[in-house]
Amino acid sequence: MKLTLKIWRQKGANENGGFKTYTMDHVSPDMSFLEMLDVLNDSLVLKGEEPVHFDHDCREGICGMCSLYINGRPHGPLQTTTCQLHMRSFTDGQTITIEPWRAAAFPVVRDLVVDRSAFDRIQRAGGFISVNTGAAPDANEILVPKKVADEAMDAATCIGCGACVAACKNASAMLFVSAKVSQYALLPQGQPERKERAERMVAQMDAEGFGACTNTGACEAECPKGIKITNIARMNREYFSSMFTNYQVEVGSDAG
Amino acid sequence: MTLDSKIPDGPISEKWSKHKFNLKLVNPANKRKYEVIVVGTGLAGASAAASLAELGYNVKAFCFQDSPRRAHSIAAQGGINAAKNYQNDGDSIYRLFYDTIKGGDYRAREGNVHRLAEVSVSIIDQCVAQGVPFAREYGGLLANRSFGGAQVSRTFYARGQTGQQLLLGAYSALNRQIANGKVQMFTRTEMLDVVVVDGKARGIITRNLVTGKIESHSAHAVLLCTGGYGNVFYLSTNAKGSNVTAAWRAHRKGAFFGNPCFTQIHPTCIPVSGSHQSKLTLMSESLRNDGRVWVPKIAKKGLKASDAVNIPEAERDYFLERKYPSFGNLVPRDVASRNAKTVCDEGRGVGATGVAVFLDFSDAIRRDGKALIESKYGNLFDMYKQITGDDPYQVPMMIYPAVHYTMGGLWVDYNLMTTVPGLYALGEANFSDHGANRLGASALMQGLADGYFVIPYTIGDYLANIGWNDKIGTDHPEFRKAEEAIRSRIQKLLSIRGKKTADQFHRELGHIMWEYCGMSRSEPGLKTAKAKIKALREEFWTNVNITGGSDELNMELEKAGRVADFIELGALMVDDALNRAESCGGHFREESQTPEGEALRKDDEYAYVSAWEFKGEDQEESLHKEPLRFENVKLTQRSYK
Repeated sequence: MKLTLKIWRQKGANENGGFKTYTMDHVSPDMSFLEMLDVLNDSLVLKGEEPVHFDHDCREGICGMCSLYINGRPHGPLQTTTCQLHMRSFTDGQTITIEPWRAAAFPVVRDLVVDRSAFDRIQRAGGFISVNTGAAPDANEILVPKKVADEAMDAATCIGCGACVAACKNASAMLFVSAKVSQYALLPQGQPERKERAERMVAQMDAEGFGACTNTGACEAECPKGIKITNIARMNREYFSSMFTNYQVEVGSDAG
Repeated sequence: MTLDSKIPDGPISEKWSKHKFNLKLVNPANKRKYEVIVVGTGLAGASAAASLAELGYNVKAFCFQDSPRRAHSIAAQGGINAAKNYQNDGDSIYRLFYDTIKGGDYRAREGNVHRLAEVSVSIIDQCVAQGVPFAREYGGLLANRSFGGAQVSRTFYARGQTGQQLLLGAYSALNRQIANGKVQMFTRTEMLDVVVVDGKARGIITRNLVTGKIESHSAHAVLLCTGGYGNVFYLSTNAKGSNVTAAWRAHRKGAFFGNPCFTQIHPTCIPVSGSHQSKLTLMSESLRNDGRVWVPKIAKKGLKASDAVNIPEAERDYFLERKYPSFGNLVPRDVASRNAKTVCDEGRGVGATGVAVFLDFSDAIRRDGKALIESKYGNLFDMYKQITGDDPYQVPMMIYPAVHYTMGGLWVDYNLMTTVPGLYALGEANFSDHGANRLGASALMQGLADGYFVIPYTIGDYLANIGWNDKIGTDHPEFRKAEEAIRSRIQKLLSIRGKKTADQFHRELGHIMWEYCGMSRSEPGLKTAKAKIKALREEFWTNVNITGGSDELNMELEKAGRVADFIELGALMVDDALNRAESCGGHFREESQTPEGEALRKDDEYAYVSAWEFKGEDQEESLHKEPLRFENVKLTQRSYK
């Protein structure tokens, strides 16, 4: 396959960026998208040019590190991660535009690499159950109906890649945040901190500069793990019921 | 020096309890006066950092990824073993201990392995309490499955994403402690050296991967939880970033390396499709519960999966079922891997490359229905289709072995301390619990055992003994010296401006390792490998080309530093494999086989741990032997016939 690549190049966070065009002549349809970029980078380095920087790690669709905006869609044309996208999904002679995630809360670090530490800070605000090591009862003393466990698992499969934010015209992180809120709201282990968790995580999400949700559903359509927007509905319910019934937490207070 | 494993005396089931009682405690009010560095945030690192912070220690945690949640533990699919015996099928701590020792082909310590089996039950309790959504039965109780040839169902799982769920559990515990201010988290930060002063580990040198800044961090103790080194083979199931640098730098500073040649080759991976291949993807071993492995009886060059249905039953060779009638497709990983290689070497491999065998689900789908198979393996089938373009519901999968895990690692004693006082190694980074072959669903167990339930006890003994005021600050000249050494190494790498990329060298190294130090090894082959690695190392340091500078995000520079360390490690692995002239675990030594061509272990000569000591640049390393004593388990040759 022959391809033309238009890739966003930006030397650093505080520098101007722009598209640069590259052509590739011998692309195998069996290559993954990232392997195609590896081949490009090898050729750039051999010419003494700086390679295109992009985040990647596990290359099996689970670590959530890869993050390319391909032809106007996060992770490209399929509902999968970039590392699991293969060149057979493109056609010979096609022009492919590659950009970093675009969101104010995800500043560009270099080229296609963005800073997603906002996601970690949201998790720190309440994405946990407070149980110290060694303090747990026997695992089978906590009964969890299979349906509930399955639904919690559906939410828990979020890989934190940020495609939901990149897909959203508001750069909202509601799908990401609601996945964790849902997992714990569903499980019996998550009940004691249920209200505070929803309030704190939402407050941190707002503080990070993510946009609001207007229910366009783009996040669900692009999520590589198929996280459902019903989680957002659940989070809204959790949040509002907490606002009306919880007396323990001041909204926006520090986590901990 | 003599290696002291510090295994406590007494009956096997009482060793850990007795040891815990004999360990010194740190006064609760003094814990906040200690600092501990944890490098790596996978299962071992995240669980250790969280647990130590909960106890009151001040923790600094480091990872090279953009978030601690991305560590490669996340990719483990199948499950985690625990001796809960919830299924009433005869499991027990002793049976898990026995199976692990036997599965490791009698090259692990009894004491360590029994402790692992003991704490396994607490791990499940802890993870469930954290909200890990393990698979459940309709009554709400935890579900189990039999895994990797085990005769009991002791594996807990969360679909095909057990590693992800366990890691996110540990990550959540870590997050809680970061929010509490007890853990200071450094992301996109790579450890490049350990600082040792007066024989004790005092801190580390890191590089901020975004700014390139070289920094010093001091502490009372340093924990390396940096995973395995399977990427020495270039192609492996490891993440692209997984590397040996932290462990190797520690080795060069005095930590002995244990059993470096012990590498696990996993039988069920998606085969290589071309020279662009950047990594290999594992298909969970659980697939062998229902899939049947076969190749044509007579070689058929380039046989496609879509044409496999046309091969009549009589012309198929279900070689595992034929050779091992009692275990069939569920023989251990090494046996399955070696037999796949054998049939491909005979020319009977399938697919365009001829380096693959079929894993066929058509019988299982006929027997159980598509719905049941989908419920068990749906996400794996989807993943396979995504990568290869073939639909495993319609045509057989193609699989081939790939490097998956390294049982070798830094030598540690019973307290998980390396030969450098104050320097610990946890999880896959240490050598201790899996012997010459790791059982399925045991890696997650060991990573979490070390982090949640071993190190919180054992580190206290060291810290209490040295005292909280025994800390050296980063203004000590040794830190300056180590920083300067790192800076000059980086400048040296950048100044070469040769003609090959770091990846090209890495691929060449991988090819040498796979060819000569992989599943099957021989003395002449290993000697060839040794010469080739030496030449590769010389070429690397004169001909690598790294673009960009040192004070910026520079992924070529990161790769080159890691490849340089992998080349040195490769040489040591070959030395270790040369020394171990026996077949054991996943390692077939051609000079050591039975008349039927099966692996022959030599307990009289090799029932020891090889611990290698770095003796200086370009010097041969010296070998120390820790004899393995088996007081509870009788050594037998494995037979799966």
